[in-house]
Amino acid sequence: MSPLIAVRDARVNITGRPVLFDIDLAVDSGEFVALMGANGSGKSTLVRAVTGLRPLARGQIELFGTPLSGFKEWHRVGYVPQRASAASGVPASVREVVTSGRLGRRRLFAPLLKTDRRAVADALDVVGLTERVSDSVATLSGGQQQRVLIARALAGEPDVIFLDEPTAGVDLPHQHALAESLGVLKERGVTVVLVAHELGPLAPLVDRAVVLSQGRVTYDGVPLRDDDVHVHHHPRLHRHDHTPHVGSPLDSLQRERR
Amino acid sequence: MIELLTYPFMVRALIAATVTGLAAPAIGTYLVQRRLALLGDGLGHVAVTGVALGLLTGTSPTWFAVLVAVVGAVGIEIIRERGHTSGDVALALLFYGGLAGGVLITGLAGQSASRLQEYLFGSITSVSAGDVLVTAALAAVVIVACVGLLPQLFAVSQDEEFARVSGVPIRFYNLLVAVLAAVTVTVAMRTVGLLLVSAMMVVPVATAQQLTRSFRSTLGAAMVLGLGTALGGLVLAAYLSTLQLDVAPGPTIVLLSLTGFALTWPVGAWLRSRHPVSSEVMGV
Repeated sequence: MSPLIAVRDARVNITGRPVLFDIDLAVDSGEFVALMGANGSGKSTLVRAVTGLRPLARGQIELFGTPLSGFKEWHRVGYVPQRASAASGVPASVREVVTSGRLGRRRLFAPLLKTDRRAVADALDVVGLTERVSDSVATLSGGQQQRVLIARALAGEPDVIFLDEPTAGVDLPHQHALAESLGVLKERGVTVVLVAHELGPLAPLVDRAVVLSQGRVTYDGVPLRDDDVHVHHHPRLHRHDHTPHVGSPLDSLQRERR
Repeated sequence: MIELLTYPFMVRALIAATVTGLAAPAIGTYLVQRRLALLGDGLGHVAVTGVALGLLTGTSPTWFAVLVAVVGAVGIEIIRERGHTSGDVALALLFYGGLAGGVLITGLAGQSASRLQEYLFGSITSVSAGDVLVTAALAAVVIVACVGLLPQLFAVSQDEEFARVSGVPIRFYNLLVAVLAAVTVTVAMRTVGLLLVSAMMVVPVATAQQLTRSFRSTLGAAMVLGLGTALGGLVLAAYLSTLQLDVAPGPTIVLLSLTGFALTWPVGAWLRSRHPVSSEVMGV
């Protein structure tokens, strides 16, 4: 059987500059893969190439055994973009944003069916936002908005889900909530491909880590501890946190007090 | 006063105001959602050239305006998609080119500036029966598309990349929004004029979202507000004209709409203060 995702000899250029070189990667159904590496290593670009958002300069990508150019079953693919906010120029409720995840499975001009409503309700349940369903997404915290975007991808009932830095800028309690949601997906047999700088509470879920460095795969195997991914030249006295749990110095005081 | 409302020219004006009041905020909601609130303005300026071409050739200014505005809208969308020029500069170039071209061609056509002014600031009370029919038909297309394709247009405007990975043909829907906006500009042309078109597309949406929490309710409330201010402004202008005050309907509609926003904004500010955005950091 062909792998769920097959990347062969892939090269991606951004404005003429190569960002990914000679990438070969195969992900089987049911795997939970973390794409890791420093900023600018190409891990997000790889996910964007596999989801068809970035064209390849060379090589080939197949999803479910079909080359990307002829791939039609996009309803089987869930995508959670790296995004600080789910809000836009006009208020949108949590229900509306999550329901837009059903689009790949809905017919034109057709009303919402019972199966659509059930999938939306289930997705909200998995991310634990059922009681915020009528609220405007703009009133949610950053971590909650990230979970809305995950619920939106889940609502399409995908067989594979790509998450681009879901933990970036999300505080620790929300990272734990995220880990719980992804744990449910893993149990259901959904293939998960996750871009992360650092795994944190997600570490126990990860079956396989693929580390990228300067556009090439430098490691592919069992997950490493966070410290091993980032080579440090100085002996350190304490564990350094790469993803700050706060975005500005003023917020830290508030959080400590909670 | 009541008698005034039954005059044939006034009935035609009321019909034009009704369809414009409903259609402009419908497409306007998507424009505001994509942070393209000024697109209507740009298309309005481009349509001036279309009107002038209609005057020059002695044919229909309305259809020429539709044609040129649609071409302009597709052009803007292609520039936006390619991302070569920043969107606002591209819009600005179209603003000036459209307006200058329109004024120049009107002069060449031997038409006075006052003829063009009918289109720049609207002349709803001089709308012909044929114009009403065209306006109503075009507005109906806009309303049906904006309401019927809400799931698709919402998703594409909310998060283009997500919609693309969902398999939605985003280029088609992006072009559709641009073309609908262009059509709406010409629909509203006779009511408030090309220079004030954008107000009817944007102000009711800005007012509605002071009070709403969802996209659907914003769209609905904006259409109700648009209808209310279009009819209210027209009737108010008609009433003031019976008092020997020379008040044009177009600006009256826009100012009434802005008054609505001014009155609603404090309520929205108060609501937002009750549900502040969580203090948690919003991303990186």
